[in-house]
Amino acid sequence: MMAARLLRRALPVLRQTRCYAEAASGAPQMSFTFASPTQVYFKEASVKQVDVPTLTGAFGILPAHVPTLQVLRPGVVTVFNEDGSSAKYFVSSGSVTVNADSSVQLLAEEAFPLDQLDIAFATASQEARCYTVSSNGGSQLFVLKRLSKAVQAARANLEKAQADLAGTTDEAARAEVQISIEANEAIVKALE
Amino acid sequence: MFARNSALVFSPQWGQVRNMATLKDITIRLKSIKNIQKITKSMKMVAAAKYARAERQLKPARVYGTGALALYEKADIKATEEKAAKHVIIGVTSDRGLCGAIHSGVAKTIKSEIANLTGAGKEVMVINVGDKLKALLHRTHGKHIMLNCKDVGRKPPTFGDASVIAAELLNSGYEFDQGSVIFNRFRSVISYKTDQKPIYSIDTVANSENMGIYDDIDADVLRNYQEFSLVNIIYLALRESSTSEQSARMTAMDSASNNASEMIDKLTLTFNRTRQAVITKELIEIISGAAAL
Repeated sequence: MMAARLLRRALPVLRQTRCYAEAASGAPQMSFTFASPTQVYFKEASVKQVDVPTLTGAFGILPAHVPTLQVLRPGVVTVFNEDGSSAKYFVSSGSVTVNADSSVQLLAEEAFPLDQLDIAFATASQEARCYTVSSNGGSQLFVLKRLSKAVQAARANLEKAQADLAGTTDEAARAEVQISIEANEAIVKALE
Repeated sequence: MFARNSALVFSPQWGQVRNMATLKDITIRLKSIKNIQKITKSMKMVAAAKYARAERQLKPARVYGTGALALYEKADIKATEEKAAKHVIIGVTSDRGLCGAIHSGVAKTIKSEIANLTGAGKEVMVINVGDKLKALLHRTHGKHIMLNCKDVGRKPPTFGDASVIAAELLNSGYEFDQGSVIFNRFRSVISYKTDQKPIYSIDTVANSENMGIYDDIDADVLRNYQEFSLVNIIYLALRESSTSEQSARMTAMDSASNNASEMIDKLTLTFNRTRQAVITKELIEIISGAAAL
């Protein structure tokens, strides 16, 4: 009896402290624009977080991030939407601007959704789904073989670039080869 | 005797000596105008197809370009007046004509800009993108021209083209403080407007007062960012200019075809009248000849 009365008295206190969650207080929404010269992925969209790979390191941008200017390096950009889903894109280079009013402009020279990079994988997984259950183990192996082919192509480019680096002495050519090494390394890392 | 003969042979060349156009002359003229009409009609079709593609590609390019300009607008970057002594103007047109007032509009704006800036004692250099602009500027403002780009307008512009132009500007050794890109901004199928977008040098941006709020920027990053930004602005100008040019060419060829149709109608009437006059003349000759017998 005492316990119940105590509980009943305790409950109103609990009810007072419980209230609806507040909307994001004052922090402005991020207006996110992500585009390449030929395609627009996000235009003034409201997203939760964006992870970008820059020359000075990878960092994540949330609304009300401190204003900054950065230059991108080859790598994967991850966009986390309001509903929690995330999308990955591979970018080659470009710039990112975070302004004081929390607007973010991510301009990439070339950007592709990550699943376009290993098209071999996508078509292989389509075929794998058509296989019957009995060959499930076999189809898994088939899919893995295709994926490894895409990684192999990137690795082959990487090795060729590294071999070129050893061969060239001209400054500009060296820089080009180093850029290609960086890009291929990033592709290999993104696919793995 | 001799003198009089030679005087008789001489016929006056001044003043208008017009003979009645013969049927043959009118036929030749009619045929040539019909050919011209066919050509302008097909040019209009080609321009319409190119315009449709250019407009489709302009949409993402616009988002991309306005994203690149956002920094300059939001941070309100301006060059200080005394310091901005060296200017660069990039004029964007193309190699081909028959597109209305596209090239002359850009040339007019550039000429007035040069006049303003040299009047204020600043140094100006111009980069021509497109042979038409070179032809318009090089006679009067030849000493301001720094760079000429040709082979523009045949294929749609790419990011690579813009980066070539930016690389040449940066490698030219001309240390500009401020500049602008002058191009034709596409408004609709029937209208475009000559527009300017500003470009800034690395020093101007670094020393601008509002740059302090941007965190963690070192000189290297800022230089890379600025170079990339320059390419983006040039790319936007190239795309807008190409779309405006195709739509203007479509309009110009359309009105040329209409004018040709009008001329064909008028000439056909004249032809019929002349034909009837010739027939009547022959009849009169025959009748008066028969009456003389």
